[in-house]
Amino acid sequence: MNEKEYSKYVEGRAKKSPILKNCAFAFLIGGTICTLGQGFFHLYTFLGMDELDARTLVSVTLIFITTLLTGFGVFDNIARFAGAGTLVPITGFANAVASEAIDSKSEGFIPGVGAKIFTIAGPVILYGTFFGAIYGVIYYFITLIWG
Amino acid sequence: MKKSILKFKRKPKICASYSVVGHMEADGPLGKQFDEYCLDDKFGKESWEKAESEMQRRALCGAIKKSGLIDTELDVLLAGDLLNQCIGSNYALSNFDTGFLGLYGACSTCSEGLLIGASLFSGGIIDTCATVTSSHYCASERQFRFPLEYGGQRTPTAQWTTTGAGAFILSDNGDVEICEGLVGKVIDKGISDINNMGAAMAPAAINTLKRYFLESEHSPEDFDLIITGDLGYEGSEILKELLLDEGIDIRKNHVDCGLMIFDRDRQDVHAGGSGCGCSAVVMSASIIPNLASGVLKNVLFLGTGALMSPMSLSQGGTIPSVAHLLHISHAGGK
Amino acid sequence: MDIFFDYFWAFVLGGGLCVIAQILIDKTKLTPAKILVGYVCIGVVLTSVGAYEPLVKLAGCGATVPLSGFGYAIANGVKTAVEEKGLLGALTGGIGATAGGITASICFGLLASFVFSSKPKR
Repeated sequence: MNEKEYSKYVEGRAKKSPILKNCAFAFLIGGTICTLGQGFFHLYTFLGMDELDARTLVSVTLIFITTLLTGFGVFDNIARFAGAGTLVPITGFANAVASEAIDSKSEGFIPGVGAKIFTIAGPVILYGTFFGAIYGVIYYFITLIWG
Repeated sequence: MKKSILKFKRKPKICASYSVVGHMEADGPLGKQFDEYCLDDKFGKESWEKAESEMQRRALCGAIKKSGLIDTELDVLLAGDLLNQCIGSNYALSNFDTGFLGLYGACSTCSEGLLIGASLFSGGIIDTCATVTSSHYCASERQFRFPLEYGGQRTPTAQWTTTGAGAFILSDNGDVEICEGLVGKVIDKGISDINNMGAAMAPAAINTLKRYFLESEHSPEDFDLIITGDLGYEGSEILKELLLDEGIDIRKNHVDCGLMIFDRDRQDVHAGGSGCGCSAVVMSASIIPNLASGVLKNVLFLGTGALMSPMSLSQGGTIPSVAHLLHISHAGGK
Repeated sequence: MDIFFDYFWAFVLGGGLCVIAQILIDKTKLTPAKILVGYVCIGVVLTSVGAYEPLVKLAGCGATVPLSGFGYAIANGVKTAVEEKGLLGALTGGIGATAGGITASICFGLLASFVFSSKPKR
């Protein structure tokens, strides 16, 4: 068997992830997190916040809950079932930040926590900001021309 | 054809073995047979890396004590672990008054150590030596995958790194002897999925076993057990299937340490255990005692190692693998 | 009844975005980190062509809580900033709009590292 044949053989026989079950859990848990966010959103706007601030505070609230659950060692147990259900909402971002921070304590607070906290958060912020800046430049020239 | 099986003229005896494990392993099917375990996996240390060193130190001290020797009587220490640059072993053995050779063979390190120790002994260069290897789930997860509290899903072929350290003392008395060895070749079949290490390692095990049976006068039926280190469920199935295609049937007597150490139905370990500690503690706690008592007469032990590094993984590299073979026998009543 | 539909669409769209990612994880070799980055970038792109706003109107947090909503916030922030300050807004708008989330997660993360240690897994 050459490399290609072997890779094919291995991929063909490997038990696949239970995709239907995974998707069901991802849908239920992901949906629940967003609905929970919607609940907080209603609460904050009811308390008199404007929509933009309320949305930010919803993110902050979910981030806070995630960080706590990560610290108590519960989040990874939920994520084991939820998969993308906890990854895609802001909870996945917050967990990546908090888990790196907690885990790199043994390497010190500056080179350890300070640097590792951005292992997964860094790329998200970088590429989001980058594409945002490109959009800004394009938008500026479009309004300049068609103003 | 060039002979590659090492036939030990002066056969070293495994006179003592000692195993130290974490809580998952203690909770597994072999739980009661391990010499020592720690419920929080920290072994009284502040970091997972230091815990691994402590585990290795305890395993070696335990084995030395069991053998009745004192550490200055040992001629050489052979040790390795899964951490970068074998730092676990370097710390663990820093206060022993004996020469030290650090080894890296990933999960095959246990068999590599025994193979080198047996060769030195057979050549008459040394009279006693100790080999010790370890791996720690938390330390290797951090090094190779994600932070511990990171929430992710594993695929069904992923394996669970064993938290454990196993030590063996080789000398000229005891009821278990190492008769033959075969040094594995590095085999790379292009698998790059860290969540299917069984498939990456199986070709190395196939290569070594094929070479052994081609050259040796023995056939698979001559052995009570053919033990692989940590192929897990996926790798074991590949090994048996592809060897059968080659006309070598090991389905009846093949066992895998990665499958023995955990109960896959009850423990969430997917395809089974892996890591340097896996074969070391299973050999130490289960196989060697049975060989000593004569329940087992002849076994083949293949330590299988997936030789990736964090750097090769992040560059999307393949996982080369190696499998070293040892033929170990009951030596009582001769 | 309106409130019910708010929650209904938040659940369905939020869950649906997760299912798409789950299929990508299980069927392709994309790692979770790449998926997160991809969602943010797609969020920026969709918002800039005006395709994301209707989703936010319909599903509220179902569109803003997933990471594509992070991209939505960036793009909207940039747009507002460019309108106010011209070209400089392209640089200040994105991070400005997401400052709350980013600052909260890194500060909470740092605080968590003071208090918690990682635990052995089973």
